[in-house]
Amino acid sequence: MSARILVAKVGLDGHDRGIKVVARILRDAGHEVIYTGLFQTPEMVAASAVDEDVDLVGLSMLSGAHMTLAPLVVEQIRARGADIPVVVGGIVPDHDLAELKAAGIAAVLTPGATAEQIVAQIAAVLDAG
Amino acid sequence: MVSNRERWEAEFGSSRLRGTDATTMSGIPVEPVYGPDDGEFPGQYPYTRGPYASMYRSKLWTMRMFAGFGTADDTNWRFKEIIKAGGDGLSTAFDMPTLLGLDSDHPMSLGEVGRCGVAIDSLADMEDLYAGIDLGEITTSMTINSPAAVVFAMFVAQAEKAGIHRSRLGGTLQNDILKEYQAQKEFVFPPRPSMRLVRDTISFTAAEMPRWHSISISGYHIREAGSTAVEELAFTLANGFAYVELAMQAGLPVDSFAPRLSFFFNAHIDFFEEVAKYRAARRVWARWMRDRYGAQLERSLQLRFHTQTAGVSLTAQQPEVNIVRTAIEALAGVMGGTQSLHTNSMDEALALPTEKAARIALRTQQVIAHETNVANVADPLGGSWYVESLTDEVERQAEELFAQILEFGDGSMLDGVIKGIDDNWFQGRIADSAFELERRFNQGERIVVGVNAFTDGNEDDQLPLLRITGEDEARQRKRLAEVRADRDGAAVAAALQRVRTEAADPEINLMPALIDAVSVYTTLGELMGAMGDVFGRHVEVPTI
Repeated sequence: MSARILVAKVGLDGHDRGIKVVARILRDAGHEVIYTGLFQTPEMVAASAVDEDVDLVGLSMLSGAHMTLAPLVVEQIRARGADIPVVVGGIVPDHDLAELKAAGIAAVLTPGATAEQIVAQIAAVLDAG
Repeated sequence: MVSNRERWEAEFGSSRLRGTDATTMSGIPVEPVYGPDDGEFPGQYPYTRGPYASMYRSKLWTMRMFAGFGTADDTNWRFKEIIKAGGDGLSTAFDMPTLLGLDSDHPMSLGEVGRCGVAIDSLADMEDLYAGIDLGEITTSMTINSPAAVVFAMFVAQAEKAGIHRSRLGGTLQNDILKEYQAQKEFVFPPRPSMRLVRDTISFTAAEMPRWHSISISGYHIREAGSTAVEELAFTLANGFAYVELAMQAGLPVDSFAPRLSFFFNAHIDFFEEVAKYRAARRVWARWMRDRYGAQLERSLQLRFHTQTAGVSLTAQQPEVNIVRTAIEALAGVMGGTQSLHTNSMDEALALPTEKAARIALRTQQVIAHETNVANVADPLGGSWYVESLTDEVERQAEELFAQILEFGDGSMLDGVIKGIDDNWFQGRIADSAFELERRFNQGERIVVGVNAFTDGNEDDQLPLLRITGEDEARQRKRLAEVRADRDGAAVAAALQRVRTEAADPEINLMPALIDAVSVYTTLGELMGAMGDVFGRHVEVPTI
């Protein structure tokens, strides 16, 4: 199944190696991928997701701000009356996983995930939606 | 005719030595270097084998551990632990808001304060950061780029308040803005005004701070962002040549600043290629500095560098195995003749390091320095057919990339590098190389232990991790509010006006205005905002 996916860097983290690699992996898997660039606020990401009518939002976070910013993206998307699943990828310690799930994050991809696992997990989230 | 060996012997003989046991465990005497009498020796142009004749026989590399988290108080405490554990140089990691020149109370700073480095808003924080540490004795490195001039102004101001004159301060300001656009992506202003700030810091330190390295030209982040070893070397030296051209255009004679340029490379896991990279880097730099830029002082030709092991080589799976990776990478840095070294902690694919993990990382260097005997011989891999061939090939491929960049700039490396940034050429090449490496992992062409092979044990108990709480962020905001309330508002307004006026005149060196401004507790965010009014902001066109 081919989907429209927004991948985004939220906050001040400039590490963009991961997001670019994942964007290409998802594109090669047949998805349409939109990347909005660095230094986005949760509001900007939510607005782009709704305007672009995407099926899924992927956030790449390596600065430790995921607990603050990822839930805000979910909140902002819901505030716009949309229900778009949000997936987080990056450096996320295990002890944060439960809280992120509770805040409405659909899935978390941690370091070492292979291309196959990434594509499969995104497919699972899209199917569940 | 005096042979290279005799020249080297004379120089070695006049070097101060640290007094090491120069025998193997069997008692075989060990020479300081090996090679044919007419071959190249360390300390001899083009310095392939090392910048100095005696290398680690005189002085071991500096074990410079990078640290920073939470508030300035938290990091000050960690610094003191590092010094107590035998670390002999400090290196400061700043948090994301500081790296981007934002105060902790800026809306964009939410959730980022103190997370991946220490939060610095004003001189008050800088005073806490180095409290009780003698900056006339220990050298300090600061990993800061876009706001480097402002943070450096704070560093100078706090040291002078503590009674240490600026001329006595030794250390390094990273201050390498070009690789920010190419790789690290913590940019604020557009390239041209940013380069003006770099010029101002180079001129200022050349005139007033003889022990200070004004810039650390960094391949580390280029490599971490995904480049190959050859690209790391070529892009870094190209950036170095661009800074040389910048300072020469400003009228500084090359030998007045080149001795204080320093470099920072990655130590990745492909052991021999890394060693070849360091050897090629020294040789290329010496040749270009002498032949293209006309440098004459030996110190202008000698490339000296800091090394950090590769963060991207660490795995979240079976993280203890990262100790082994780091040890091998650190050994490559030492075999390559590094002047200082940071070793990553085993838990850094998961979080900032715990104190224990950071101590093990330092102990790794101490094992290499004191147990293995490798520091007895300079360039121990010189003469290996494999390493010599790799060194030549890395150099040849780097020269091809230089030719391409020079073409972008119609013969100017400075213009070529900026054109390459504006056209997303560097960024695109780095992303392509990152993807290619990922493809090879995914195809199983490259093995990563614990990730795509040997995964038994991945479910073992997890390491205890450092947790940074929201309390640090709240404490830092409170501290900033107190600073704003206690300072002389009129003096701050006047300081900001002066910075705006002087920023608009590219002939003026901004450092004096910045030092005066931070001294009255003008904040980092306020000063970056004032300069941004004049310089504008850089926006990257997003590409996949």
